[in-house]
This record gives sequence, structure tokens and C-alpha cells, in this order.
Amino acid sequence: MTAFPWITFLTFLPLAGALVLLIFGGLGKSFARYSALAFSFAALVLTLILWLHFDAASGSLQFQQRISWIPALGVEYRVGIDGLGLLMLLLTSIVVPIGIIASWQIQERVSLYFSLVLILQTCLFGTFTALNFFHWFIFWELSLIPAFFLIRLWGGPRRASAATQFLVYTMVGSVAMLLSFLAIFLATHKFDFIDLSAMAHNGQLMPAVIDKLDWRRFTADHLALIVFSGAFLGFAVKVPLFPFHTWLPSAYSEAPTGTTILLTGAMSKMGVYGFLRILLPIFGAQMQEVLTPLLWLAVATVVFSAYAALAQKDLKRIFAYSSINHLGYCLLGIFAVLKFTGGNTSLIAQKYAAMNGVFLQMFNHGLTAATLFWFVAMLETRSGGLRGLDDFGGLRKVAPVFTGLMGIALFSSLGLPGLNGFIGEFLIFKGSFPLVTWATSLAVIGLLITAIFILGILQRVFSGPLNQRWAGLPDLTMGERLALAPAIGLMFVLGLYPQLVLGVVNNTVIRMVQQIKF
Amino acid sequence: MLAWTIYISFLGAAAMLLLPRSSAASARILALITAIAGFAIALIVFVHHHTGEMHTLIRVPWIPSLGIEYHLADDGISLTLVLLTGIIAITGILFSWNIEERTKEFFAFYLLLIGAVYGVFLSYDLFLLFVFYEIVIIPKYFLIAIWGSTRREYGAMKLALYSFVGSAMVLIGLIAAYVAAGANTTSLSQLAQFPFSPHFQMWAFPLVFVGFAILAGMWPLHTWAPTGHVAAPTAASMLLAGVVMKLGAYGCLRVAMVLFPLGLGPWGFHVLGLGSWRDVFALLAVIGIIYGALVALVQKDFKFVIGYSSVSHMGFVLLGLMTLNQIGISGAVLQMFSHGILAGLLFAVVGRMVYARTHTRDLAALNAMNLYKIIPFAAVTFVIAGMASMGLPGFSGFVAELMVLIGVWRAYPLLALCVGFGLIVGVVYVWRAMQKAFFAGAGTVLVPPNPPLPPITIPERLGATILIATSVLVGLYPQLLLNIVVPALNSPLFEGLRKGSWQ
Repeated sequence: MTAFPWITFLTFLPLAGALVLLIFGGLGKSFARYSALAFSFAALVLTLILWLHFDAASGSLQFQQRISWIPALGVEYRVGIDGLGLLMLLLTSIVVPIGIIASWQIQERVSLYFSLVLILQTCLFGTFTALNFFHWFIFWELSLIPAFFLIRLWGGPRRASAATQFLVYTMVGSVAMLLSFLAIFLATHKFDFIDLSAMAHNGQLMPAVIDKLDWRRFTADHLALIVFSGAFLGFAVKVPLFPFHTWLPSAYSEAPTGTTILLTGAMSKMGVYGFLRILLPIFGAQMQEVLTPLLWLAVATVVFSAYAALAQKDLKRIFAYSSINHLGYCLLGIFAVLKFTGGNTSLIAQKYAAMNGVFLQMFNHGLTAATLFWFVAMLETRSGGLRGLDDFGGLRKVAPVFTGLMGIALFSSLGLPGLNGFIGEFLIFKGSFPLVTWATSLAVIGLLITAIFILGILQRVFSGPLNQRWAGLPDLTMGERLALAPAIGLMFVLGLYPQLVLGVVNNTVIRMVQQIKF
Repeated sequence: MLAWTIYISFLGAAAMLLLPRSSAASARILALITAIAGFAIALIVFVHHHTGEMHTLIRVPWIPSLGIEYHLADDGISLTLVLLTGIIAITGILFSWNIEERTKEFFAFYLLLIGAVYGVFLSYDLFLLFVFYEIVIIPKYFLIAIWGSTRREYGAMKLALYSFVGSAMVLIGLIAAYVAAGANTTSLSQLAQFPFSPHFQMWAFPLVFVGFAILAGMWPLHTWAPTGHVAAPTAASMLLAGVVMKLGAYGCLRVAMVLFPLGLGPWGFHVLGLGSWRDVFALLAVIGIIYGALVALVQKDFKFVIGYSSVSHMGFVLLGLMTLNQIGISGAVLQMFSHGILAGLLFAVVGRMVYARTHTRDLAALNAMNLYKIIPFAAVTFVIAGMASMGLPGFSGFVAELMVLIGVWRAYPLLALCVGFGLIVGVVYVWRAMQKAFFAGAGTVLVPPNPPLPPITIPERLGATILIATSVLVGLYPQLLLNIVVPALNSPLFEGLRKGSWQ
């Protein structure tokens, strides 16, 4: 299992699929659809094999591969996964087939569409496995290009501005991050995340950077904060964290729904992943210094986005804001872990809980949000593109199965115990409360409002008197039910037996939390 | 052997005049064969011998009474630029396949230009270098004035005048150095070792540097570049932006900085926070980066966008040189190569694939055609070229800008932040131009081009593929060029620079 470069193979498998699609695009639409699906399933199978061979007991980086690349720049090709990477690979492998199935109705330039989806998958795999800044950044940036064109060419009426806004926002963050990493490289001559984490852990990193930059106008502390804020901006835009979130609602709602699934299910995790893999180990000390403002931002993200969702009329925009809200909990958990470091181990169990919650929440949100948007896609196909909150009413009478299954997904998003959404949020709140009581208490408001708008959707779309316009709305076909079954089933499985995920990531969590010591 | 790149190009130009007047096809093929032969020689040398160190090709006395020699030599930096010239020469011909008017003369001038450029990159005698440098101006002028488009006489004249002014400044500086040294030699390596007085260097350095930097498009002396690029026919734009601008940057590094390293040192006093010529030129370079990008952002003419983007990108080269550290300067050399390839590609798309078909460069008119449905190959090429040009990782531009930025962080942290701003504007103008030129907005009334556009030809596809592949190759494996550039920078020729202000 070790000799073969599994991760590299997995990363480039979808890209190979994209090339096949581009070359044989002339063979027709169904060929493109089915071969895209086949490639994404192949990636899923491969990820599951990795999952089975992953040594959960160690929690360290596995399936590593290191090749010297550009010695002059300290660049190596280095990949590997721990529990976090593995979880993200699995999530991506699950979300991409969902996105492909939900895009089945795309009629224009089908092979190009699906090859862009597969290219995006390669970029995601690359981002989640790369351990050297250089090729990690290649994947991180390149992922924007397929996403941009998926929105720009197949999106809704305001797609041009949405796509541009998405690209420019993310680029601003990326450039800031690049500058920070170049400053770090200048001082350490290293681009390797693991080496940099080790230096930060020993407290050598920032002194070296400050010494090398020698920028007299600023004190050492300020300089360290400047370098940190560059990297922070890159990830904060991606997650997104309030107030850097404004690109997201229009991008999510203008994108074709199949693409929105990829954006919310997998791509939004790139930001949180960056917080965990890069910011926390490398810039932990700086984050701790500005912990209070960061917590405020997390709370604002949670509360404001929930309020914004309450005010929306468009289902896609509601779920877009709800996505921001759910990822806000992840950041709350991450920031909470930074409280009380330095020898104080009394609350370490709470930190494990919060961090486990963050991991679960990332996975659960990916699954639930992808499924919810999938339902929106099916609703749009039936209604001819309508997806407003007030366009429907009483659908449960004509489409009971649709209502029931979407209800399950909605309740999962709301965090009903027994479904997957609950356990992640519960662990985050349980862990964060003793650590950062005020922030956690304020974040509870977000939970309440989420409950209100989710129930509002159920009420206005599915119950009440039947809107006669939809009297002939077809219920889910057998094929759709079968396609949905695994996703809905997984919600129950994870809700009742979260150990399935926790067992794999727990040791990674412990290592990660123990690394935070300054 | 590398010297043959020059001779072959000149021979090809001469042979071109012997061809029968009517035969356009034979002229094209002859030009292509000549260009490929030149590139093949460079490639063989690159693969076989190269360690990057200086290596004399030929050295014979030329005018012994003045100490002038015919001295050709190459090192890693020259070779990098010779390779670039070879690639641009080949692809430029592929993108000129549609020239029907006076084809023979066109390619004769073209090969003359190429030969002279090879000559500049390989000269180690300052007089010889200057001769080649002047030869470049003449074919450049005629290529634009005869085969150009919008305001071609103006563009050609402006370009020629700027070049002559620059050359005059260089000439004065070089003669002064020749006299001051009093050693009766124009050999670069010998003059580089002569200890010119700091006072002399302090005025000779800016004179020669600015003389060369005019051709590199340094702000505020850049104005010839956009008008010249726009007026020129596609192949000439490719050569101008791809290679000729590099002559200027090459001169700055090879002549000005090597001869007068102390000119970069501190003045001993500060004006507006600037304490040396180095600070001044670094600041001008950054202004060029940002100004070029901002102006590109508001252009209505597609070709002007690319013209100003060249000013912006050449700013990275000059900034890299002014960092005076190994990583920054090698980044600058890499950026010369990268910008040559990408500017060539962008001008090819704009000039050949779009303008030659639609006969308009107005972004609003192009937008109404929704070109990505009509000529998808051009759209895809431009998207890739644009991605590379805005410094997306995986392409050559990224590595080059990355290295320059690392150097700038060390030398001028504040300017690094300004450059970051420039990078973001770079993303925006490329993306704006791309959307306007190829993708109609949702509410636009579509005006399909009439008559229908001819499809993209095989030579165009081939040329675009060569340039994209080169950019990706260098982007993913920059070591290929760094292996020869870094040893060149560590060679004795740059010793004065390393001693003087090197960090």
C-alpha cells in the first residue's frame, strides 16, 4: 500500500477523466454524462480503499510521497494525508458524484461542463493532500478557473458579475496570502507546511521572519501580525468569514445548481481546511493574540448570516447564507481551541470535543448542503426554474416522498438529534462553552434563527393549501429515490453512529490540539 | 556554434531577396526553416554543454587601433534569452502565415531583426553590442511602417525616436567609460574590472541604465510601447514585446549594472525618502507595474490592453534587477523569458486570431459577437494566456513573479505590498478584457460577424500550442532555466555587483 503513489494517482484520476471528455466530447451528451459519473465513482472507490487502509491509530501523515522539485526555491512535491485530509478526500468524492447527477439536465456544451467539474475535483484533491506551499497554491488557485467558468457559462441571469466577484474576491485573498508566505520563505527558506509548523511550534518561526524582514517602522509584534493577517485574509475570504462573505450569496445563487453543490459541499471546505492545516499550526500564536476579535468575527458570521437567511426569498440564497452560518460554527470551534494554552491542560478534553466537532461539522455540512441543493435542483427541473419561497405551497399533497426526504435533509441542516447535523454542532458547543463562554452563548442565537427559517421553508413550500399551479407536480421518480437513498442513509448513519468518522479522525485531532502550545 | 544563430538569420534574410517576387509560400517556408535552424542550434547548445558559465564563442580583433574586438560569448542569461528569441521567431512566423503583401520583404526584415537580436544577446564587446543594438531599430521601423495598422507611421516614428534617444544616452555613457578607463579596450569583462571612480559611476550609471530602460518600457518613458505594439503587425508586436523589450532589460543588467555597480550605492542624502538611484528605479518600476495595470483596466481597444500589460510586466523585470539579490535578479531573468512567451501569445491571439478576422479591436464591438462560440480556440488560448499572464501558479509567470517578490520582500518590504496591489489589478484587467472580448453579457444584443469568420488555421494552432507548452514547462519545472541562470549570476562578470550593493 505504501510503494504506489496512491494520492498522486487519485488526484490526477479526475483530470484524466476531463481529458477523455474533452477529446471524445463528440460522442454525445450521454457519453459525457456517464463517463464523468464513472470517473467520479472510480475516485470514490479509490478513496474508500484509502479509508480502509488508513491507520487510524496513529493519526500521523500517511501515504506520503516526497520528490525534490525546485531545490532553489525549497520546493518539493510532497503529499500525504492524516485524518483531516482523508475526511476531506472522502467528502469531495461523495459530493462530486452528487453534483454530477444534479447537473444531468445541463444541455449546452455538456462535455465541457463535466470536464470542468472533473478538473475542479482534481484541484480539490490536490489542495487537500499537498504539504508544500508551492503545489498546494497551484491547486488552490487553479480551482478558481473551472469554478469561474462553471458559473460564467452556465449560470443564471446575473452570472457575469457573480463570477467576476467570486474570482476577484478570492484572488485578493490569495495575493495577500502569497505575500505572507513569501516573507516566511525569505526568512526560513522553507515552503513545507510540516517543517514550518515544527518551527512555529518551537517558537523559531516569527523571530526568524522579523529578523529577516528587518522592517524598522514596525515593532516585532506588529510585523508578525501583518504577516499573519495576509495569510488569514486568504482563508477568511474562502470560508467565508464575516465581513469577507459578500461574494458568496450571489455566486451560489447564480451558479447552476449542480455547481453550487460543488462550491458549498467541497470548495467551501478548502477555507476551513486551510485554517486547520496551515493557520492553526503556523500562526497559532498570532491568532491567539487577536483571539477576541476573531471570536467576534465568528459570532458575527454565525448570527448575521442566519438573520440574512431569514430575510431571503430565494431558496438558493437561503441555503447560501445557511452555509456561511454552518461554517461559522467550525471557526468558532477552531478559535475556541486557542484559549487557555501554555501548560493549562485542565480543559484539554473540551478542546478535543470542540475539534472533533469541527471535523464532523465540515463533513456533515458538506453532505447536508450538497443534498439540499440537490433537492433545489430537482425542484427547479420540475418548476421550470422557479425556486422562490413563495412560488410554491402545499407540495406535500402532490409530492409526499419529495417532501419527506427533503424534510429529512432540512432537519439535518437544522441539527435535529439523530441526524448527522446534530452531533457536530453539539460537540462544538459542548467543547467551546467552557472555553469561550460568551462567544458560544451568543452563537446560540444563530441556532435559534436557523430553526426558524428552516421551519419557514417547510411551512411555506410544503405545507399549507396547495398552490393549484403545481397540482401536476410529479413526485420523485424511482431513479431519483435510489440516487438519493445513499445520501439520506448516510445522514442517519452518521447521526446515530458518529464514531464512524470520529474513530478515524480522533487521533489526528489529539495530535493537532497537542501541537498548539506556545 | 551558437554564433551561427546570428549568421543563419542574416543569411536567411539575404536569401529571401533572391527568391522570385511572386512566391509568398516559398518565402514563408524559407523564413520558417531559418528560424527553426536558429532555435535548433540554441537548443543543442542548451542540452549539451550548458553549465551556465561564460563561454567565449569567437574572439578576433576588429579595429585594433581602438581596441575593438569581434567578441561573441554566451552564459546562462544570454542562452535563456537566445532560446526565447528562437521560440518567438518560429511562432511569429507561424502567426504571419497570412501575410500576402510583399511577403518576401516582410520576412527579410523579420530575419534581419532576429539576427540582430541574437547578436545583442551574444556580444561581449560593448562596441559590437551597440552595433547590433542599432541594427535592430531599422527593421523594426519598416515592419511597422509598411505592414502595420492603426496610425502606423506615428507608431513607427515614435518607436524609432525613443530608441535613438535611448541609444544616444547609452553611447555617451559608454564613450565616457572608454575614455575614463583609458585602457584602449571596449571589452565588457575588462571594463567591468576597471575601478571607475564612484563619482563617475554615480552619473554614468543612471545615464546608461535609463538609455536601456527606455526600451524595456520603464515608466514614464514607456509611451512608445503601447502605440508601437498596437501599430505593429502581429509578428512584429510579438517580436517587440517578446524580444525587443528584453534587449533593454538585458542591457540594464549586462551593461549598466555590471559596468557601474557603485552607481547603485547610496547618495549619502535623501530626497523624498529616496536615497540612491536604486531606490529611484525600484520606485519607477513599481509605478510602472501599477500604472500599466490600471491603464490596461480602462482601455477600449483590445490590443492596447495587452500593450499596457507589457509595461506592467516589464516593471517586474526592472524591479527584480533593483532588488540586487540573487533570487530577485534570477527572477527578473525568468520574468524576461516568461513575459516574452506570454506577450507573444497574447499578441498572437489579439492581432492574428481576432483582429485579422474581425477587423476590429473595439471591445464593445467584439463583445456583441460572442466570439467564444465562433472561434472557441481563440477564446481558450486567451483564457490560458490570461491566466498565465496574471500570474496564476503552474505557469511561468508565477514562478518569475514569485522570485521577484521574494527578492523585493528582502529589499523593499513596503514595495512588496504595492506590487501585491498591482497583481490584483492584473487579475482584474485580464479578466475584464477576456469577458468583454469573448463572452457576451446576458443582455447584449448579439451581432454575428459578417461575413462569417474563417476558422483558426493549423499554423495558428501550432504556434499557440508551442507557446503555452513552453510556459507550462517553465512554470512547473523552472529549474530548467534556473540551472543556467544562477551560475551565470555567480560568474566573475557580476563580481563588482555582488561586491558593491549585493545583499
